[in-house]
Amino acid sequence: MSIIAEHGQILLIMACAFGFFMAWGVGANDVANAMGTSVGSRALTIKQAILIAMVFEFAGAYLAGGEVTATIRKGILDPAYLSDSPELLVYGMMAALLAAGTWLLIASMMGWPVSTTHSIVGALVGFAAVGIGVDAVNWGKVGTIVASWVVSPVMAGTISFGLFMSVQKLILNTDKPFRNAKKYVPVYMFAVGFMIAMVTLLKGLKHLGVEIDLGFSSKFANALPVAAVIGVVVALIGKIFLNRIQEDFIPVSGSRFDNVEKVFAILMIFTACAMAFAHGSNDVANAVGPLAAIVSVIGSGGDIAAKSPLPAWVLLLGGAGIVLGLATYGFKVMATIGKKITELTPSRGFAAELAAATTVVLASATGLPISTTHTLVGAVLGVGLARGIGALNLRVVSNIFMSWVITLPAGAGLAILFFFTFKGMFS
Amino acid sequence: MAGNSFGNLFGQSPIRPIQEHMEKAHSAAVLLIDYFDAVLASDWEQAKATQKQISKLESDADKLKKHIRLNLPKSLFLPVPRSDLLDLVGMQDKIANCAKDIAGIMLGRKMEIPVKIAPIMTEYVKEAVATSAQALKAIYEMDELLATGFRGREVKLVEGLIKELNRLENNNDKLQVKVRAQLFKLEKDLPPVDVMFLYKVIDWVGELADLAQKVGSRLQRLIAS
Repeated sequence: MSIIAEHGQILLIMACAFGFFMAWGVGANDVANAMGTSVGSRALTIKQAILIAMVFEFAGAYLAGGEVTATIRKGILDPAYLSDSPELLVYGMMAALLAAGTWLLIASMMGWPVSTTHSIVGALVGFAAVGIGVDAVNWGKVGTIVASWVVSPVMAGTISFGLFMSVQKLILNTDKPFRNAKKYVPVYMFAVGFMIAMVTLLKGLKHLGVEIDLGFSSKFANALPVAAVIGVVVALIGKIFLNRIQEDFIPVSGSRFDNVEKVFAILMIFTACAMAFAHGSNDVANAVGPLAAIVSVIGSGGDIAAKSPLPAWVLLLGGAGIVLGLATYGFKVMATIGKKITELTPSRGFAAELAAATTVVLASATGLPISTTHTLVGAVLGVGLARGIGALNLRVVSNIFMSWVITLPAGAGLAILFFFTFKGMFS
Repeated sequence: MAGNSFGNLFGQSPIRPIQEHMEKAHSAAVLLIDYFDAVLASDWEQAKATQKQISKLESDADKLKKHIRLNLPKSLFLPVPRSDLLDLVGMQDKIANCAKDIAGIMLGRKMEIPVKIAPIMTEYVKEAVATSAQALKAIYEMDELLATGFRGREVKLVEGLIKELNRLENNNDKLQVKVRAQLFKLEKDLPPVDVMFLYKVIDWVGELADLAQKVGSRLQRLIAS
């Protein structure tokens, strides 16, 4: 108790610095993956992608990020074990932030495909199991999280496979692909708007204290018509954009689907927003969750059980870190990725993006921290299975698996090291 | 930051390079028309220049072929079987080789084509080149095939192109019979060794059309897989 009273200020400043560091890492690397598909398929310029990322990452973190933040804050370790020594939780969360941030930096420099989510979960489990006790870890929850890491890419792959097959059936493989594209693309836009509105209504507004009651029996039934209306509005906005596209003459050497791809490029603007929203809802929490835990403990003077709402400035800090990461380094990574994935044309890229965004947002709503990048990889493989991509490098999949095996113990090891360092420094 | 997992997921699609390779092979075949014109006019300067161009295109095609092979490691996940793609490239490459062989042997032996068979010979070469052009047209459809996941309407369209390719090759076969028949009537008045090589050139021009047809059948196998 005395330690928190004595060093509260310093601890808070350090925690903010580490949280900012981690958020910077997310902005520098992870966002580029989420937005790279849109840049690569030329649906967006880098500037536009960064602008969309800034707005929708924020919105996602604020409106739908609460559940994941809660999981990171108090789902993985049992606070009951720490009520006597709240300072340990503060050290641990700081150690986890620093460990995950450091590991991300090392991995990025070496070019390893690691996930921010895996780093932070590994770090949390590491410090809790070694620093406090094996029983302090909520193993059931950790098991669910790890299982979701396998399920999420598979699910995204299945959805993207289905989406791309539907595009082939409804649009590409028809007499008048351009006309059908204009007809059916708004339906996909509706799906984007509906899905995001639904998740926000069910999971987000609670944090803001807004309640929509249309007099239906359940919350779900209440949200349904509202989300549908929002979906229709989104589709109508999309339709206005679509009306501006004219069918051009295509030179002999070009693909007959060039005109159709222009329609899908508009759709990709919408799915890019969804992707940024999804990424914000899941990954910002990785940086903000531990910080939120620290702020809550210090703010209440050492009371872990206190149910304090997430202070807005914590989210702002996370958001600012991401934006800075994007501005200082992320745009470079985005350009690199954009150059590599030109093969992913809008009609395929949208399927991958929408599938990944849907999976991530759904996971966020249930509070499961999953890896956006891995989910996106799963989604791209789904399109590949539908024979839609020229060549995919399967070695990356095994690299990802390897990075899994390494990231968890690495994050844990670093967190343990930092945890005992902090413990030694302050007591 | 050295590499990036997500960006690295995307390999280089072999489709555009395969199309470029076929462009090269076909442009070598197209030059045969100019080449035969030069030979018929006994303009050996011009013939030599054209032969050089053909030879250059053949070596370009060879380089492209190697590049494609090197960029198709087993770890790539492709929409169609890798062996079929490599087969297709091999067949395309043979078109360029065949054109080079024809030009080479005619230049080396300064072969004269008897005036009497000149018109039909020119037609015969043009038909063979048309077959190769049709094969290129079919290969150009590979983008669209990829976009539609190698199924449905686009497959039917390509099958139509391949059908036309087969018809052209068939025409070429019939012309070959005629060319041979005409040469047969003249052969006793010509130096025997020259006649032997003329038959050989006729064979090779036929083979060029045959190879173009085989490119089509490899493409068909890709679609069917």
